[in-house]
Amino acid sequence: MHGRLKVKTSEEQAEAKRLEREQKLKLYQSATQTVFQKRQAGELDESVLELTSQILGANPDFATLWNCRREVLQRLEAQKSPEELAALVKTELGFLESCLRVNPKSYGTWHHRCWLLGRLPEPNWARELELCARFLEVDERNFHCWDYRRFVATQAAVPPAEELAFTDSLITRNFSNYSSWHYRSCLLPQLHPQPDTGPQGRLPEDVLLKELELVQNAFFTDPNDQSAWFYHRWLLGRADPQDALRCLHVSRDEACLTVSFSRPVLVGSGTETLLLMVDESPLAVEWRTPDGRTRPSHVWLCDLPAASLNDQLPQHTFHVIWTAGEAQKECVLLKGRQEGWCRDSATDAQLFRCELSVEKSTVLQSELESCKELQELEPENKWCLLTIILLMRALDPLLYEKETLQYFQTLKAVDPMRAAYLDDLRSKFLLENSVLKMEYAEVRVLHLGHKDLTVLCHLEQLLLVTHLDLSHNRLRALPPALAALRCLEVLQANDNAIESLDGVTSLPRLQELSLCNNRLRQPAVLQPLAACPRLVLLHLQGNPLCHAVGASEHLAELLPAVNSILT
Amino acid sequence: MADNLPSEFDVIVIGTGLPESIIAAACSRSGLRVLHVDSRNYYGGNWASFSFSGILSWLKEYQENSDIVNESPTWQEQILENEEAIALSRKDKTIQHVEVFCYASQDLHEDVEEAGALQKNHASVISGNPTEAAHSAYQPSEDESLCTVSCEMPTEQTPSSDQETALEINDVEVTGEKEKRYDDKTHAKSASEEETSENVPIAEDTVLQPKKNRITYSQIIKEGRRFNIDLVSKLLYSRGLLIDLLIKSNVSRYAEFKNITRILAFREGRVEQVPCSRADVFNSKQLTMVEKRMLMKFLTFCMEYEKHPDEYKAYEEITFSEYLKTQKLTPNLQYFVLHSIAMTSETASNTVDGLKATKNFLHCLGRYGNTPFLFPLYGQGELPQCFCRCKAIIDQFGQRIISKHFLVEDSYFSENTCSHVQYRQISRSVLITDRSVLKTDSDQQISILTVPGEEPGTFAVRVIELCPSTMTCMKGTYLVHLTCTSSKTAREDLEPVVQKLFTPYTETEIENEEVEKPRLLWALYFNMRDSSDISRNSYNDLPSNVYVCSGPDCGLGNDNAVKQAERLFQLICPNEDFCPPPPNPEDIIIDGDSLQSETSEFSVIPEANSETPKESTSLGNPEETSQ
Repeated sequence: MHGRLKVKTSEEQAEAKRLEREQKLKLYQSATQTVFQKRQAGELDESVLELTSQILGANPDFATLWNCRREVLQRLEAQKSPEELAALVKTELGFLESCLRVNPKSYGTWHHRCWLLGRLPEPNWARELELCARFLEVDERNFHCWDYRRFVATQAAVPPAEELAFTDSLITRNFSNYSSWHYRSCLLPQLHPQPDTGPQGRLPEDVLLKELELVQNAFFTDPNDQSAWFYHRWLLGRADPQDALRCLHVSRDEACLTVSFSRPVLVGSGTETLLLMVDESPLAVEWRTPDGRTRPSHVWLCDLPAASLNDQLPQHTFHVIWTAGEAQKECVLLKGRQEGWCRDSATDAQLFRCELSVEKSTVLQSELESCKELQELEPENKWCLLTIILLMRALDPLLYEKETLQYFQTLKAVDPMRAAYLDDLRSKFLLENSVLKMEYAEVRVLHLGHKDLTVLCHLEQLLLVTHLDLSHNRLRALPPALAALRCLEVLQANDNAIESLDGVTSLPRLQELSLCNNRLRQPAVLQPLAACPRLVLLHLQGNPLCHAVGASEHLAELLPAVNSILT
Repeated sequence: MADNLPSEFDVIVIGTGLPESIIAAACSRSGLRVLHVDSRNYYGGNWASFSFSGILSWLKEYQENSDIVNESPTWQEQILENEEAIALSRKDKTIQHVEVFCYASQDLHEDVEEAGALQKNHASVISGNPTEAAHSAYQPSEDESLCTVSCEMPTEQTPSSDQETALEINDVEVTGEKEKRYDDKTHAKSASEEETSENVPIAEDTVLQPKKNRITYSQIIKEGRRFNIDLVSKLLYSRGLLIDLLIKSNVSRYAEFKNITRILAFREGRVEQVPCSRADVFNSKQLTMVEKRMLMKFLTFCMEYEKHPDEYKAYEEITFSEYLKTQKLTPNLQYFVLHSIAMTSETASNTVDGLKATKNFLHCLGRYGNTPFLFPLYGQGELPQCFCRCKAIIDQFGQRIISKHFLVEDSYFSENTCSHVQYRQISRSVLITDRSVLKTDSDQQISILTVPGEEPGTFAVRVIELCPSTMTCMKGTYLVHLTCTSSKTAREDLEPVVQKLFTPYTETEIENEEVEKPRLLWALYFNMRDSSDISRNSYNDLPSNVYVCSGPDCGLGNDNAVKQAERLFQLICPNEDFCPPPPNPEDIIIDGDSLQSETSEFSVIPEANSETPKESTSLGNPEETSQ
């Protein structure tokens, strides 16, 4: 047809493009080489700025070249007049902006901008905020830019209320925005500081209610969006448990003092100093963990010299001061007694409410109502189910125990990918409940049989337990933390899938151990038991190792102190 | 200027409405020589936009020129023996029942009598016609494929009329076209800059004025240039055919768009916002939590309803509104979905049609913003012009021109040609009001509102409210378009809805208290002929090389026009790509030179500050927001 434009064919175009690319590559490489040579020769002048800007303009992720630029700029700072420097900075800021347009998620570029702004005598923070707002308009979830914004807001001392309004506007546009929710969690405690006496980092109830409504809007609109659920969880459970010494136990027989902490600590690491006062005078002792490994642990113990335990005084007082945690506790060993302890009166709040804080229960109750409402509409939503479980636990773990277990079942069915995680979580909650029940009953016997447990946790809470029944569960190990049960005399763990016994070691009072019908394969796995001085009775029936040739001999050799080993 | 107009073309397009303009552009892109003619002195035919004075003179024309019969015999001399003339109409009969009301207070120094006359006149029917008629002569030659048609413009103009015929020629020469294109572009830009810079002081003026200061008719006249009043009221679906075409053909660079900001519903006497996007649902204060979930769940289902046939198969026979009742939706939500999202009525569509419409709506959401619709700045009348850009405009009279293909817009046909055609009618109303039907913090909202027909058999009325930032009305006013399929005259069809939503300006001036409803400053009603969906066979004696383009249809989108343009284009140019993008200037071979001439010099510095985020939307690849 006439009147047509003559245009290059696609092969010609491709060839032209190829040639162009080749040419570009050549120039790119030679420019890079020149920069490296100049840097090596120490020629850090403006020509390096020019060359690096050509390369970084095309590829802003070349971190070495940003370093190069910083070196040049630092050198020029000393040489140039203030006016020249100002011009240089202006160019640099413009150049950075153009690089950010090439790649708005370039670590190197944002970092360089931070560095540059940090060095300026009078940085124009308003302009930087504007820049952030514009980049976030293009992509409201660009966390590089969010990061930079937080830097700018801090430097410019932008009032938290203004920044909060900014997060508002972005959440309004698209609530699926982790950065925006996260920023709220930083800003709100600043905006509503709590009185010193109260728990730190919590929000006043009216603010909390407003936030809960906002986040509820999000998960009712799209229950599959995780960002809202994460924020919801933060809202409900932000208070860290206060540092405390949970329990002190002193035993005359073992000449040993045991301390249980509210969080794992590494005593003797410099920051965590533990002072022991015996009868009001300091005593230097060696602290160790029950299983002998030096790493953060809930439980630490020390050997006591005979002098601090002698029977001449009517009583000995043991006072432990945890300096870092600003906590202390005292216990008394009376004359004629084998042991003495001091423990907080167990309330569920202190023990297990670290994940969901105890806000006014009406708030939690109404949250539970709305989640249940949502769950009816979305019976298969895992986030909703999990939140219901957590809310029930926060409200009353024992009252809701049965219901919680049902929700766990549903949750496992809709989210089979996380079945193992859910089993462990369920085990944890059941254990917590059992501990609570035991403590309310003030007994030292704990039955955990037939509970489908897959994992043992909170063992540091069981410091005083003498009889423990773990039979008929799905345990695969008796973990090292079990060594904290310094008073344990009888341990039953029949009918599990136990393969290792790392935790059954150095238990000073353990006499009887039942491990029938487990998966103990080699006599060698029983090695830790050798460190239990009083162990006399061991049930091993129904384990693979019973069928091994010469098993009994091997065991007798391994555990010479145990009177009867039943295989 | 007109002496060197070629006497032979491949295609002659008569009319500058949207389909005609698209076809003209498409043919020219495919290398055809196109003569694009319009007898009116403005672009777009019934797709046009007018300033306020423009619409007044448009109305006037309908009054004054209603009886022009001005046969000019000169053209007949040029008809060859083997050709036959088809008379084109001199009267535009597409507009009827025009009624104008002015409610804004008339200034003292104005001609009171004339204003009164204007008011009295409102009931009278004014029919108008275009001042210009084109005649064509046609006679099939022995060889049908080579038949010629001569196109003839009458040389004599009515002395009173200063009308000119706008002729457009697609320059087929490479360089010429290029130059023109750039010229036009820069011109367009400077014009719009001028516009905005002029706008600024005005804006300040109005802001400074106390609120009590009400807008008067003389202000409207004075600020008449700020208005761009569309004859048809349409929006662009952001994934509709027209958007695709604008992007594909690169014509989009000639236009700027704004997103419609709100979808509204009228329920129980109240205007409320319809939450339709995820963000809307999240932010909505009127929905309960549970409703939020219900609505989102249903909309999510609609997005891919085809994948779940078991959920709707059983309901295929019933209407969409009945189907909605079977879903977990409150009456509130059913209303929103039926009228504002699917934009259908209780009886009009069945389940599948409703689901399809809902899906289409949702599919368009989020491409350019939180609603599925775009509005072209300066009015819908911009769109035909976009396709007409990059052409020369020449005034031309009295020349014999030959062409193979003839494309004629329906309104140009004479009564003889259309005597058997059954036309439907569109009822239209244009209002100037003093505030939005739903006040919010922002006064720059662009809204669409569907008011369902009250009785069975009446049609839903579509209301589109434009704010000044769309460049269609002056500061302090809103321009409101009402559209529905006619059952009676435009006023009879639309006045009930107008009364529900607005109050006449005069009535409320007495009471000083704050009125809830926006006040009417000015109102126009008219009926427009709907020539869409008319079969070519309905026209009498059309030669095979004459193709018919219809005027605007009643629908919201522009898909009809694009489909029609593409269909007609394929008839003229079978197997040709429809509106391909223009070649990259770098790829154009001039003088057959090869690639060596290109200097590819190393410069990795990107063109800094490519574009600062603008308020208005420019089309492109918007879908790349990800994390």
